Parts: sequence; C-alpha cells; structure tokens
Amino acid sequence: MENRKITTKTVKNFLSNNAIIILILCLAIFVGFVADNFWKPANFKNLIINMSPRFIIACGVSGCLITKGTDLSAGRQVGLSACLAAMMLQSVDYAARALPWMPDIPWPVALVLVVLIMCVFGAINGCVIAFLKVPPFIATLGMQTIVYGLCSVITGNDPLGGFKSSYSQVALGALGPIPYLAIFAVLVGVYMLFLYNKTRHGKYMYAIGGNENAAQVAGVNVPATIIRIYVLASILYAVAGFLVGAKAGGASTATGLGYELEAIAACTIGGVSTNGGVGKVGGILIGVMVFEVLKICLQFLRVDPAYTFIAQGLVIIVAVALDLRKYLAKK
Amino acid sequence: MSEYRLEMRDVVKTFPGVKALNHAQLKLRPGTVHALMGENGAGKSTLMKCMFGIYHMDEGEVVYEGQKVQIKGPLDALNRGIAMVHQELQPIPERSIGENIYVGRYPTKRVGPFVTVDHEKMYQDAAVVLKEVHLNYDPKAKLGTLSVSQMQLVEIAKAVSADCKVLILDEPTSSLTAAEVEALFTIVNELRQKGVSIVYISHKMDEILRISDEVTIMRDGQYIGTWDAKGLTTDFIITKMVGRELSNLYPPRSNVPGEVVFEVEDFTSINPKSFRHASFQVRKGEILGVAGLVGAQRTELMEGLFGLRCHSAGRITYKGKELKINQPKQAIDSGIAMLTEDRRATGILGVLSIADNVSIASLNQYLIGGFMLDDGKIEQLVRDNVAKLSIKTPSSKTLIQSLSGGNQQKVLISRWLANNPDVFILDEPTRGIDVGAKYEIYCIIAELAKQGKSVIMISSEMSELIGMSDRIMVMCDGRVTGFIDGKEANQENIMALATQFE
Repeated sequence: MENRKITTKTVKNFLSNNAIIILILCLAIFVGFVADNFWKPANFKNLIINMSPRFIIACGVSGCLITKGTDLSAGRQVGLSACLAAMMLQSVDYAARALPWMPDIPWPVALVLVVLIMCVFGAINGCVIAFLKVPPFIATLGMQTIVYGLCSVITGNDPLGGFKSSYSQVALGALGPIPYLAIFAVLVGVYMLFLYNKTRHGKYMYAIGGNENAAQVAGVNVPATIIRIYVLASILYAVAGFLVGAKAGGASTATGLGYELEAIAACTIGGVSTNGGVGKVGGILIGVMVFEVLKICLQFLRVDPAYTFIAQGLVIIVAVALDLRKYLAKK
Repeated sequence: MSEYRLEMRDVVKTFPGVKALNHAQLKLRPGTVHALMGENGAGKSTLMKCMFGIYHMDEGEVVYEGQKVQIKGPLDALNRGIAMVHQELQPIPERSIGENIYVGRYPTKRVGPFVTVDHEKMYQDAAVVLKEVHLNYDPKAKLGTLSVSQMQLVEIAKAVSADCKVLILDEPTSSLTAAEVEALFTIVNELRQKGVSIVYISHKMDEILRISDEVTIMRDGQYIGTWDAKGLTTDFIITKMVGRELSNLYPPRSNVPGEVVFEVEDFTSINPKSFRHASFQVRKGEILGVAGLVGAQRTELMEGLFGLRCHSAGRITYKGKELKINQPKQAIDSGIAMLTEDRRATGILGVLSIADNVSIASLNQYLIGGFMLDDGKIEQLVRDNVAKLSIKTPSSKTLIQSLSGGNQQKVLISRWLANNPDVFILDEPTRGIDVGAKYEIYCIIAELAKQGKSVIMISSEMSELIGMSDRIMVMCDGRVTGFIDGKEANQENIMALATQFE
C-alpha cells in the first residue's frame, strides 16, 4: 500500500504545493474579521455568480493546458460569443437593434447558434496547431487578434444593449436558491468530470500531455484529439460568453478582455500543470474559487482596482513558478 | 601531488526508481588512456556526466590534481581542463565550426564601451586547433556541412582548445568507419603523449585492448575493479562485466519457428541516407535478431514498418495480405506491436498511472455502450498483467515514472499484450535495465515466441542477439547485408556483415 505516514517532509510538500490556496484562504479569513459584510449570504451568492462563467471558461482552457498547449484567444472568443448572442436576442421593440431583420427567437436557439458559430474558431485553432504544428501560444495569439477584429467589424464598435427579458433572466433568475448560472456551471462540471475520467477522449488527452510521442506510438490519433480539445474549448467559451452577456445586460468588443489569463491562472492554481498530463476538474473549480475570493477580498479591503491587476498578475506568475518547481526538483 | 590526475571516490547517484551509481570510483593517471567498461546501464555515462558536472552526485568526491573540487557544471569543468565528447553529439549545425568550438567562451575584445566577440581571433585559434586534430576545413564553414566523424573531431578540437588535461570520449567510434577509427586513434595517441588523461568508453574489445593502458570495469553502478590492460583477455573482461557465467544468461527456448507470416519487400525510406531496399521474412514463432552498428538505420527501418517514419517504396504483407501502414494506428490495427528504443522519450507516459499506461492502446475494448470506459475491466486487465509479468508495483495507481526500468518495460509489454498482436518489434528491449530484470525480459520474449508470435528484436548487445535469436539479420548503412543462423552466429561473422560499407 502507499505510504500515508505524515512526516515533516510531507507537510512541507503539501504546504508548498498548495501555497497560494492556503495564503488566499488565510487572506479571506483575515478579511472576514476586519470587514462586516464578508460572510453574508449575498456575498456568497455574488461569489457563485462570478465563478460560474469563469469556471466554464477555465474548463475549456484546461484541455489545452493539459496537452501542453494554451488558448490565448479564450477571452476574445467569450467576447465575440457575448456580442453574437446580444445581436440575436435584442428586444424586437428596441430602437437601436444591430440586426433589425432578426426575428424573435427563443434564447436556447440563439445559444445553439452561437455555439455552432464558435466551433469554427476552435476547429481552426485545433487544425493550425495539430497539422501546421504552429506552437499553441502563437496560433491562439493570432486567433485572439482575429476574433477581436471580427467582433469590431460585426458590432461596428457599438455597445449592444436592450436585451429581451427572457435572455436577461437566464443570468438573473434562480431555481429556488440556486442561480441559473450555477446550474450551467454544474452541468458543465459534471460533463467535464465524465469526459476527463470516463472516456477515451479524456485518456488520450492526458496521454498526449504526458508524452505526445509515446501517445502516438501507442496508436492515439493525436491530431484528432487536439482538434476535439480546441473545439470543445470554443463551445465552452460560447456558453460562457452567452452567460456573461446575459449577466452584464450588454455586450461590446471589450467584453471578455483578459478572461484567458484569469482562466489559465485558475487552472494553474488548481493544479493543472503547464508541463502537461496533469489536471483535475475539482482542482480547476478550486482554482477559480481561490482567484475570485482573492478579487473579492481586495474589493473588501478597498484596494484600488488598478492595484488589483498587479496582485492578480503576481499570483499568476507565482502559481506557475511553484508548479514548475515540482518538476525541477526531480532532475 | 598524488600519482593520479583525477580521482572519483565513492560516487552515489540516484534517479527516480534506479540507483545509477552505487559507490563507483575511477582513478586517472596523467598521460594514459583509461578504458571504462561495462554493459549498457552499468553507469559509465552517468559517472562521466558526474565528472563533467552535468549531473550532481548525491554522495562522493572528486579529487583533481591533488585537490578536492566541486564541479558545478560543464563550463566549470572545461575551465578546469576537463572536456567530454558525448556519445550523442550536441552540435549547432547552423553555426560555423569556429563558433561551435568556442560557444560559451568566445574570445572578446573591447570596442569603445562595448565588449564584443573577437571573430578574427576566434577563427585564427580555431584554425590552429583544427590542424591539431588533422581536420582540413575552413573554420568559417557551417558545422552542418560536416560528416558525423568530422563533427566528432570538431568536438575533440573543442577539448584541445580548452587545453584540457582530462578528455572523456564516450563511445567515439560507434558511428565511424575503420579508416576514421585509425585517424581517431592517431589523435588519441598524440594527446596521450602530451600528457592528457583520456577516459575511453567503448564496447569494442579489440579497440580497448589496442589503445588503453588501464581498464576499469563497472557493473550495475558499482565499481568492480581496475586492471592493467596488458595481459587482459576478452573473456576475462566479459566475465567481469556480466558477473556470472555466460551460459546462464539466457533462458532455454522451446519455440518452433513455423511458416513465414510476415514479409517485407524492398522497403525504402523517403530519406536517401536512411534504410533502402530492405527485404526480409519472419516466421511464426520465430525470434529474428537485428544487428548492426550505430547508424545502420535499424531503428529507422523498424519505425518505418510501424508507421512512425515515412517510406517511399516497399510492400509489407502479413499472412499473404498486404498491409497499408502510414501511421502507428494502422500498424496496431494490423496486429503489430512495437517497443521503441527510447523508453522515456517514446514509450512511457511518465506522469500517468500504470493502469493508464497499460490500457492506452486498447481502450476500445473496454467500452460500455460504445462511449463510457469500464474501470472495472481495466483494473482487471492491469491486475492480470501485473501478476502474469510479475511487475513490482505498490498499486495500479502508481505513476509509471517511479518504477525501475525493468518494470517500466514490463508495463509497456503489457500494453501491447492487451491488443493480442501477432508481430512484436522490440527495439533494444533490455536497454537501461539491470541484469536480473533482463533475464525476466528474455523469458517473456521466449514465451511470446513459444506462443507463436513473430518477434523482431533489435539489439546492440552482441551476446544478447546470439543468445536469443533463431536468425540474425545484419544491417549496414541502411541496407540489409545478410542473415546468419542463430546457432552459427558469432561476433566475427556479424561484424563482417555489419561493416560491409559500399
């Protein structure tokens, strides 16, 4: 059986492997003492609502990270999805409709349409990475700019608003005490758990991340798996963008700015290794939560939002450095 | 000052799952050629990498010119006068010969406030050292335009330019022709006369007995002994290297080769320097050994058959049916399995569990409803294989990278057994595996043949080929140069075919 003894070494390892999570939880407890409203249910609900779309995005990015890739176009794809959804779901009686010819369609139809459109971008990302062997960093950086440009073109750089109430209700409504947003996130989470642990696709993904050459020798269809991963990522960005738009009550080319970095940071904090082959859905959830808790803590401490960015950036770098340290030690 | 230029004492180095060096030692006298011998995986290269500062040793000390030193890295070693020519060269083909010689320690000059590389001095100096190694070449030429043996001379020139007192040559002749070996020996002799201590790692007995003054033998990371090279015999060295009588090294085999099942005709690579016009047949229940020097393109040929490399011409047939193989998936579906040469690079999925490693190639067999994996079935498969091949592991969830080389290899064999293939291609199946585990691998191979599988086994260990094969195919420079019956094979007739250059 595996050795389960608790020694100073195992405690030390646990602390350094989870340093950021522990630090931020300590921060949360500290803020809980100094700020009044921190432990209120309203704040908790706010946390859940903020976490939901970010968790969905992080799930999308996680597949790319596990296969030693990345997706820098995630945030802009979320933005484009939000804008597409917004254009389809403006009230028919809203004066400044972006698409006056758009019929009144129910929101699930719009969601499906947005997902289908966004699949194209994922497929392009996947093909460029799998067949043209462009490093994912570069391929998705290019895609980031392309998607942003497309978004500017179709919206004419005008912000979109005047959503019909059924669309806004997707984000604002709740089933009893559970916000609809959380239900979306839970469904995605359950699906990802199943996909990563119980299907061939999941096993192939981990195998490619662990050792792409060995996976190929073992008969894994590497290009097909990579394309599937990037298409799935785009589907999840589409869902997240749809929700982000509904939640904000409006969408513009600025929607989704920087979301890819938050998602990558959350994954890394949650134990998805940039060295590939490692990462669990539960970890991603923890990572997203920790990152959101950090943001809320800084708000409660009345830190200037400008400084918040600096703190977030530092956390990202430290998280990756700590992660890579685990592998350096093995040499 | 002691009588030794460099001493390594009680060196211990552990890698995850393997004790690579276990109190190894080496004593080098000035102006001698010191042969370091041992089987693959005995720890020779590891010991040298410790001396050269690529690895940091866990225990032990290095005494250099009478002083205890700590070598921090390759540059530190070079500055102290210790140089190494690696088995696998690490050239920068797109840069000039001169730059390759001086990389990391370029001569500099001041231009106003700036320090710049002094190209003029660099190329002048480079020309001088190239002359010393008898390489008539413009130091400004791109390194990539040289042949492998010439690149090796450039590496030696690099050592000479550092004014080295200790020079490590790690299997320098493995890819050289006979004439090139002679040229190399001339240079080695000249360096010895200048007082350089040379560590010479090689598997070739005749070379060792010819050029070396002293011989140190290692086995399983341990120091066995040091002897004066004069008066040593090949048999004595092999017995010391292997550590037991040769007759017990290989299990008895009871396989009976049947009819021809696997046939390769005129198989040719898209790369003109690689394998070409290779034709051979393998029988049911036969072990076909594949011999050849480094660079004979044995691995490339087998990887070509498995769809890992492209071919421009050739036919592969199994039981009379032609196979179309352009990627590994097609080879696997046709009933072919392959253990690749470099377990770490193309075999194991290091950060994944043993269960994942065993099941990855056969996941299609464990589906419920066509899409969901049956964990119970996979667990059963892993448990069966762990028992059948006696894989030593705490659990099926253990990461494969924490196992020893032999157990990793058994996990990879289990991966293929799950697919029940008919043809096994084994590329250096016992490389980096300790002696005890080797025997177990041999037993598995013998058992596969007995069950009627066709086994193709590449090996660089001559004794292994002779001891395990029903027939041996010999390759040289991309061509199949002949076949020898297993019972008649010996070192001489294999080498004769392996050196049949055009």
